[in-house]
Amino acid sequence: MLAYVIRRVFQSIFVLLMVGLVAFSMFRFVGDPVENLLGQERTQADIERVRDQLGLNDSFPVQYVKFLGNAVQGNFGISYRQGRQVSEIIAERAPATLELAGVSAFFAVVLGVGLGVFTAIRRDGFMANIIMTTSLIGVSLPTFLIGILLIYVFAVELGWLPSFGRGETVKIGWWSTGFLTESGLKAIILPAITLGLYQMTLIMRLVRAEMLEVLRTDYIKFARARGLSKRAINFGHALKNTLVPVITVTGLQIGSIIAFAIITETVFQWPGVGLLFINAIQFVDIPVMAAYLMLISVMFVLINLIVDLLYFVIDPRLSADASTRGH
Amino acid sequence: MEAVSNFLASDLFYRFRKSPVAVVAFIVTALLVLSALFAPLIAPQNPFDAGSLNLMNGFSKPGEPNQFTDETFILGTDDQGRDVFSTILYGLRISLFVGFSAVMFAMVLGSVLGLVAGYTGGRTDTIIMRIADIQLTFPAILVALLIFGIAKGITPPSYRNEVAIWVLILAIGLSDWVQFARVVRGATLVERNKEYVQAAKLIGRKPMAIMLKHILPNTLGPVLVIATISLALAIIAEATLSFLGVGAPPTQPSLGTLIRIGQGFLFSGEYWILLYPALTLLALALSVNLLGDWLRDALNPKLK
Repeated sequence: MLAYVIRRVFQSIFVLLMVGLVAFSMFRFVGDPVENLLGQERTQADIERVRDQLGLNDSFPVQYVKFLGNAVQGNFGISYRQGRQVSEIIAERAPATLELAGVSAFFAVVLGVGLGVFTAIRRDGFMANIIMTTSLIGVSLPTFLIGILLIYVFAVELGWLPSFGRGETVKIGWWSTGFLTESGLKAIILPAITLGLYQMTLIMRLVRAEMLEVLRTDYIKFARARGLSKRAINFGHALKNTLVPVITVTGLQIGSIIAFAIITETVFQWPGVGLLFINAIQFVDIPVMAAYLMLISVMFVLINLIVDLLYFVIDPRLSADASTRGH
Repeated sequence: MEAVSNFLASDLFYRFRKSPVAVVAFIVTALLVLSALFAPLIAPQNPFDAGSLNLMNGFSKPGEPNQFTDETFILGTDDQGRDVFSTILYGLRISLFVGFSAVMFAMVLGSVLGLVAGYTGGRTDTIIMRIADIQLTFPAILVALLIFGIAKGITPPSYRNEVAIWVLILAIGLSDWVQFARVVRGATLVERNKEYVQAAKLIGRKPMAIMLKHILPNTLGPVLVIATISLALAIIAEATLSFLGVGAPPTQPSLGTLIRIGQGFLFSGEYWILLYPALTLLALALSVNLLGDWLRDALNPKLK
């Protein structure tokens, strides 16, 4: 098992180095960083000074190593558009995205597992059928249309919830949170539903399919024969055994939640990292794009690694298999 | 003629006739594709010819005569007096063009790489599939956004609007080749050890000819299924990118751009500028998706 862990860690590092190469090449070859930083009025001396500062006179491998060294320390250079440290801008925006992603993931997991179990137990029930059909429509709607639909119903027609922004936020240290004010809590509802809906239907369908499979097995029949309560059977025996695939999918979906936050944040003008990235693309702000790419990659690679390693924790059979197969 | 009657008598066509969902999805798709093809003939006006627009027609309600000019527009007009029905037809044209081209591009690129990886094996195989694995870790929309951003940085500002559509095709295509490569590689690994390939090798055919003329035709079934499902995804990806403001430019609006524009009128009550493009996009994505699902089941030998 140790060999497997070490191999996976090396794979992850390799992926990050590759992504780093892409990010670095973007910074180095797309547009001229010197021109972007200095603007129209510049002298030859200025150009030389900035070239030297940015280390553009070094050889390619040296520059790449320096870039990685800076990136590891969280230094991604200066935004072309805002003229501030990219790390500073991202730190300012990160709480908004993380809070949104957290609430969405919570909503997706709790409702997804709950509805999945419900539709599996009452597989021919009227409500269960309605939920399954609705979920099919939910999957085929593009995210941004769901967002617009929710805005139309709850903000325009009913006027219950705000249609854009984060509401009032409270600062705790450098972290700004929307959880402590009424307007902040109201503002997060629609974006969180928009962002989490797809993941929720995915988890729900998966839990349902797995539950239906498990409920047919002999040990469930035996548990029924032993006279255990329905609740103990459904949750203690059946649900527990569906968890391996559910955790895999959930883990991988957390990554997509952060990526799809780009769309949700644009629809709701949510001041997070995704909106920052879209603006960076529109204005070709390469340092911000490169930093976002690196951060997202680290997150994806870490999540993948953790999910892979979690298998061994959840399912002891796997580590036995792996050792007999000589992994 | 024989080909047609062969097709009508085929197993596939029989299954198609027996599935009402597939028939409806096919009819809706065909109608949308035809109206996009013949948009210049069907559309009451050319919405991008400033001369044919009348600002007085702005914000006409669907199906009601305009209060100033007394002209009637079935689906209403936007703020500049553009007929929404016409903009949808032209938008559909761009959405479908980008979707089809992107899938074609992804299909050719993915199939060739998959074929080469599967047939040659060894280091080439490792490199190609490792790149594919890395790309698959990231959601396609993120990859497409990144490619779009880089391409935008490379092209000089004055050309950006002209090349935007091609950049969009490149970005969506490059974000989608992995599926094709994986499937074709898998099929190639199976086919390459079969006797007909051995025979072709023995009579001295070149690897290129073996790959393209012998192996490739035998991998086309699954490729077709993936292409159909990819088309639905590509259409949605294009709409999403255009909605985010990084896709089709306002001078060549696709359905996504129209929805983006329409969203601005959501609060002032001109719902039709948003609603009809959105419904068209939905009908298109849903019917292509259903068609792809049906094709997958119909071509799956395990389900026969």
